[in-house]
Amino acid sequence: MYTQGLDSLGADCLHTSASERAALEQRFQSKVDAEERIEPKDWMPDAYRQTLIRQISQHAHSEIVGMLPEGNWITRAPSLRRKAVLMAKVQDEGGHGMYLYSAAETLGISRDELLEQLLTGAAKYSSIFNYPTPTWADVGAIGWLVDGAAIMNQIPICKCSYGPYARAMVRICKEESFHQRQGFEIMMTLSRGTPEQRRMAQEALDRWWWPSLMMFGPNDATSKHTAQSMRWKIKRFTNDELRQKFVDITVPQAEFLGLRVPDPDLQWDEASQHYRFGTIDWSEFQQILQGNGPCNRERVEARQRAHEGGRWVREAAMAYAEKRRQRETQAA
Amino acid sequence: MTGATMTQQQKQWPLYEVFIRARSGLEHKHVGSIHAADERMAIEHARDVYTRRQEGVSIWVVRSADIVASDPADADALFEPAKDKVYRHPTFYEIPDEVKNL
Repeated sequence: MYTQGLDSLGADCLHTSASERAALEQRFQSKVDAEERIEPKDWMPDAYRQTLIRQISQHAHSEIVGMLPEGNWITRAPSLRRKAVLMAKVQDEGGHGMYLYSAAETLGISRDELLEQLLTGAAKYSSIFNYPTPTWADVGAIGWLVDGAAIMNQIPICKCSYGPYARAMVRICKEESFHQRQGFEIMMTLSRGTPEQRRMAQEALDRWWWPSLMMFGPNDATSKHTAQSMRWKIKRFTNDELRQKFVDITVPQAEFLGLRVPDPDLQWDEASQHYRFGTIDWSEFQQILQGNGPCNRERVEARQRAHEGGRWVREAAMAYAEKRRQRETQAA
Repeated sequence: MTGATMTQQQKQWPLYEVFIRARSGLEHKHVGSIHAADERMAIEHARDVYTRRQEGVSIWVVRSADIVASDPADADALFEPAKDKVYRHPTFYEIPDEVKNL
């Protein structure tokens, strides 16, 4: 269950000696090694808790900010069918954000704190959502590539050692598959269309290919958190392993569409049975993480505006609930 | 608690745990939690967040603060009474193979 005894959270650290702590840590690690799940009120090392709060909240923020680039196209979707589908997809992203915030809250952080971290820019979200969506084809490319990369990242998290995160991820993965397929369908329609539509599809692939590969995070050699996260079974595959899997399944899909992957170094390697691909421009990734991507400021401002604009609604709902409670007490 | 945090707490929509019955014949099952100003809003938010694909025919919500839970740290002692009572399971009893329907 998700409810939490916040008052009991710090108690372990305050009253346990170093040797008791070592014993607790050992018991924790052997549970993880035995593929048992850790649940909210179980003892866990503080670093495990903090790592999960950081990862789950970044994931939640990514879902919420991820509603913006596609939401941009809802009013201009080319048909009623496309519009209904896009609205359902963007609603799903909102729902995924909610599942994840509620999982993060089981670790002892409040929803308000989480939102504040997003709105003040203290928290990060996926770099991919700082790119713009100039054409309808970008909506297709996002579904196909960005959601495809997200699925690749998220499926192993369904087996994460932390129960609430794993369960949220099972729900998310079930819903994510529709996102990817509707995106591929858009790309398929465009790539079988007029020369101009084909060009739109190609340009969208050109824009989203490299940022999608960056979604898997830094190369293993430079990734700070990988080893510890794998020991804790928060992570099951390294960034490079997942990136390679993504390239291997996506290149044939691009070929099916008759589109060209924008990488001159891309080639099939018969010996390893994998595609070899070019070097990623990590300076671009770093720039975006530092807040200098094409849309960083716009995205956070849009969230701040929504939060401020909704303030009176939240307060009025609370006031109304309070008034009703008082009326019921008086009547009783 | 100071006055300031008190006001902050009151402004925050309380947390509700959400339980969904997938179809009649099945029990309600915990699916997650939701924030809402009151019970009715909690049901509506639970519908929007947890049943977008017809996952349920009935929803329960309960204030998270109202749930009483056992402490996992006490689990050994709490569940100890059942540990030495293997005779509560049918496999405890050895019955010859030739006896049927037992």
